[in-house]
Amino acid sequence: MTPVAPPVSRYLAAFEALEGTGAAASPAWLHRIRHDAITRFAEQGFPTVRLEDWKYTNVAPIVATAFQLADTVPAGLPAQAIERFVVRDPVAHRLVFVNGHYSATLSSAAPLPGGVRVASLAEALSTDTALLDRHLGRHAASEGTGHGFTALSTAFVHDGAFVHVPAGVRVTTPIHLLFVATAPAGPVLAQPRNLLVADRGGEATVVESYVGLADDTYLTNAVTEVVLGEGAILQHYKIEDESERAFHVGTTAVVQGRDSTFTSGSIAVGGALARNNLGVLLAAPGASCALTGLYVLHGRQHVDNHTFIDHAAPRCTSRQLYKGVLDGRARAVFNGRVTVRRDAQHTDAHQTNKNLLLSEGAEVDTKPQLEILADDVKCTHGAAVGQLGEDAVFYLRSRGLGEEAARTLLTYGFMSEVINRITVEPIRAQLDSLLMARLREARAAKETR
Amino acid sequence: MSTTAKTVEALVNREYEWGFVTDIEADVIPAGLNEDVVRLISSKKSEPAFMLEWRLRAFRHWLKMGTAAGEPKWANVTYPPIDYQSVVYYSAPKQKVTLGSLEEVDPKLLQTFAKLGIPLEEQKRLSGVAVDAVFDSVSVATTFKEKLAELGIIFCSFSEAVQNHPDLVEKYLGSVVPYTDNFFASLNSAVFSDGSFCYIPKGVRCPMELSTYFRINTAGSGQFERTLIVAEEGSYVSYLEGCTAPVRDENQLHAAVVELVALENAQIKYSTVQNWYAGDREGRGGIYNFVTKRGKCVGRNSKISWTQVETGSAITWKYPSVILQGDDSVGEFYSVALVNNYQQADTGTKMIHIGANTRSTIISKGISAGHGNNTYRGLVKVLPRAAHARNRTQCDSLLLGDRCGAHTTPYIEVANPTASVEHEASTAKISEDQLFYCKQRGISAENAVSMIVNGFCKEVFKNLPMEFAVEASKLLGVSLEGSVG
Repeated sequence: MTPVAPPVSRYLAAFEALEGTGAAASPAWLHRIRHDAITRFAEQGFPTVRLEDWKYTNVAPIVATAFQLADTVPAGLPAQAIERFVVRDPVAHRLVFVNGHYSATLSSAAPLPGGVRVASLAEALSTDTALLDRHLGRHAASEGTGHGFTALSTAFVHDGAFVHVPAGVRVTTPIHLLFVATAPAGPVLAQPRNLLVADRGGEATVVESYVGLADDTYLTNAVTEVVLGEGAILQHYKIEDESERAFHVGTTAVVQGRDSTFTSGSIAVGGALARNNLGVLLAAPGASCALTGLYVLHGRQHVDNHTFIDHAAPRCTSRQLYKGVLDGRARAVFNGRVTVRRDAQHTDAHQTNKNLLLSEGAEVDTKPQLEILADDVKCTHGAAVGQLGEDAVFYLRSRGLGEEAARTLLTYGFMSEVINRITVEPIRAQLDSLLMARLREARAAKETR
Repeated sequence: MSTTAKTVEALVNREYEWGFVTDIEADVIPAGLNEDVVRLISSKKSEPAFMLEWRLRAFRHWLKMGTAAGEPKWANVTYPPIDYQSVVYYSAPKQKVTLGSLEEVDPKLLQTFAKLGIPLEEQKRLSGVAVDAVFDSVSVATTFKEKLAELGIIFCSFSEAVQNHPDLVEKYLGSVVPYTDNFFASLNSAVFSDGSFCYIPKGVRCPMELSTYFRINTAGSGQFERTLIVAEEGSYVSYLEGCTAPVRDENQLHAAVVELVALENAQIKYSTVQNWYAGDREGRGGIYNFVTKRGKCVGRNSKISWTQVETGSAITWKYPSVILQGDDSVGEFYSVALVNNYQQADTGTKMIHIGANTRSTIISKGISAGHGNNTYRGLVKVLPRAAHARNRTQCDSLLLGDRCGAHTTPYIEVANPTASVEHEASTAKISEDQLFYCKQRGISAENAVSMIVNGFCKEVFKNLPMEFAVEASKLLGVSLEGSVG
């Protein structure tokens, strides 16, 4: 056996300790999954920049930090602490997780149609074993999502959100999964693990928000697996607004059945270093997905979005629009890979990545990739990096707007293409005001300079 | 099977025309590679000490790379491991000591080139193209040398340049592609046998297209040539390169290096039609074309333009690149890559924007047929100092048949807020509608496909010199024959 690097062995030791308590041994199916995962993690370790998929994102700061596994909910977190993240009008069914653990006191239920299950994974592990056994850890293991972080998550899988929409049920109330992190006593590792299942014809809207309560250092290593049955429809949003000293590695693996529809909105504004992996397997004919993303960064933030769409069946459609705005010395990475497998004829795949660089020192690395093995397809991709059009700025100035006001307005317009696609109004409004505040702050900084 | 399918099939199957072997006596050294072989090659060419030292440094570095990581593995190509000890690293046609004129060249050799369609005599008179022909490892004859010499242009084989212009060679050799650059470039640096050297003095506009023809003849031999072109301030040169090889069952290795240096206001236009033997319909044999080509726009306002038509080779691994160092310099890359049967191509370019106001254009057209796999892999890098850099990239793929593949992997790295970079790629097939439209106007399906494919490549072909454009267009038709299916 090859010698194991210390950061890896730290987690191996933690796993041993967990094994020792006997808590990890039952049920047997779960124990097997965990055990396989820790073996995989020991082999893979943390990804390095020598791996093509991690070429532009160095996770050395994560590896170097001695995170404590967050194993309990910090006591006494008042409801006011999460007030500003709460979604009202329309009210959402809310599950709150603190450092990856379900908090019943902070959560709040809204009426849901009969048969719909929205629960903590910890609870579901004993109540919904058949479904979990079928899906947990089965999907976030393929190319693009099966990296060391996923193995680490699976090895310690304990809590997160579980959503099951039975066949033919339409859930109109948004389901809000709020992941709060707090680490006043030193770096912690939160590993929420989510499973979202919509059976044939089921429909739901799920919002995952990842927020930091204070300017703490912590790592969120979140994994979400999504399984859509025939004709199911899921709108999925992910808002990453972690503390700017925190790290975030998020992996979402989606498997789509025949004629199902998956819509994703991924917004990244927080974190010192954040990496989002989104893998979609279009496994049966007629499935379609539409992914949008927005990253708005400043300071020394680093955000990396990796998408991987696997057209494995004929007549599937994929659409991607990712946009980025970079200020300060921020760095963004976009890697969008689209694979069309042999015989996945009549594929229609389209991908666009646009980036706006607002300052010297900001950097974008983008890599849109097409791998096509079928001939009767329509596939395009485009990427652009640039700045605001001087003509547009001039137009606004000729109408009496100041230089910075004109630039702010145009930047806002650039971002709103993505923001306006968010259908959950309170989430859209929250983001809108957050981004406006960012722009005001940047504008003030530029005007006083 | 649809009409499109049938037409494409009919178009893709024609035999390789240039697959003859010339029976000529060759001075071949035994297969294998070690320091002694490197020394032997150097001594056979009576090289000065600096060359031998450079070769040995390269060889030692190559050995290190071999034990560390080996050949690059990131490309989207697969091939059985190459046994570098079974390759013949030097093979030269045996001939009398020095050649005074073309008449003294072995007539068999001249016949070979005549078969290839480059009769040196003819070209001399008719087309005014100066040709440097490389046969296996040694440059055979260079036409028009005197005429060029009047202008101060040096156009000769690399070996001659080493003998007659060692100062220039020493100054520029490895200045663009250092011997440490990559596995195949290191190997080439250690064992390269010949190639072309071209020097355009200050302010001179080369009055004719310069041309080199490469041909691999000896079985089991590798061809490792090296081309170096230096364009001094305000000069201009257009350079053509063509390649063929005989049909053989085993794979042959071709690992060349091309370096271009453009000083202030200089322009280099480099065009390639690569038609190495591609292997048979089952994918047996063919050339491994592992080539490093790079140009450096050293001076302000200089320009380097690559145009390539890649229809041959079992495997192509090639990324003609431009380092845009001088302010206002321009880099261009126009490429048509066609794969058929079991061919694999992983090709593209790198545009490194260092200077301010540097501009680059990339137009890549990939055509895949049969079981071929075509990958565009490119890098556009804008460094922090490259204010107002601009790049436009267009990569289109055309798929003929449902067993082939088209891949696009562009890397875009931008670190300057005033830069503007655009990349667009598309993939499609010839639609029934297009074919139907042509056929109802009386154009046969074969001609229609050929016409559509040529139209698809037009943006690239128009950048080729006239004679080459005609050849490329014909070659495309031939390479596609029988692939329609």
